Amino acid sequence: MSRLLLLGPAREAAGVRSAEIDAASVGEVIALATVRFGKPFAEIVAISRVWVNGVEASPDQGVGPSDEIAVVPPVSGG
Amino acid sequence: MDEASEWVAVSAQPLAPDELAAWATRRDCGAVVTFCGTARTTSTFEHEIIELDYETDVDLAESRIRAVTARARERWPEVRAIAVHHRIGTVLVREPAVVVVVSSPHRREAFEAAQFCIDAVKRTVPMWKREVWQGGSAWSEQSEDVVDVGDLAP
Repeated sequence: MSRLLLLGPAREAAGVRSAEIDAASVGEVIALATVRFGKPFAEIVAISRVWVNGVEASPDQGVGPSDEIAVVPPVSGG
Repeated sequence: MDEASEWVAVSAQPLAPDELAAWATRRDCGAVVTFCGTARTTSTFEHEIIELDYETDVDLAESRIRAVTARARERWPEVRAIAVHHRIGTVLVREPAVVVVVSSPHRREAFEAAQFCIDAVKRTVPMWKREVWQGGSAWSEQSEDVVDVGDLAP
């Protein structure tokens, strides 16, 4: 099980700050999370970056039980 | 004994700019620059803001801030001490939400490194801000992706 970390607006949309998800890749984690948390979460994910252990990751990157996947929505900057 | 040269913290505790400036003041430094980012009443919303609510993952945010201070030291090796503290949770109008302090022998590199640090923190640290007004609240307009410090223009 990988740990999914949901930050800021992603946390709000999902209703939880973290979740354990059993999946083999980043894309699979996000797909399962989208099914679990629904449309508001999917809308945030669509504009977010995804990091694995603090580094930006592609959907096909493999993940294991020790990995932390973070959904990182845009920030206000400025 | 070597003095500590870096102090990074993300916490819900009120920030203490004077304490950080005193910590950064060194015998061989003629410049100590302090930047305070404070909560203000105005925003993109047509409401008077009464408080801000910051949210992040503390470990992740602190590691990203340390990447910023490391980059600042590469660019301005003369810099002696760097402190970056960011508050999370509720911050009332006029209170500091983020403080950057940089000391160096001369003012130019202290000013430049302090400006780099606050600009880079805003772009590279995952930190979300909820703006609160009487009777409502919303996330600040989300307009920029969080980037790596290595992606910033030199």
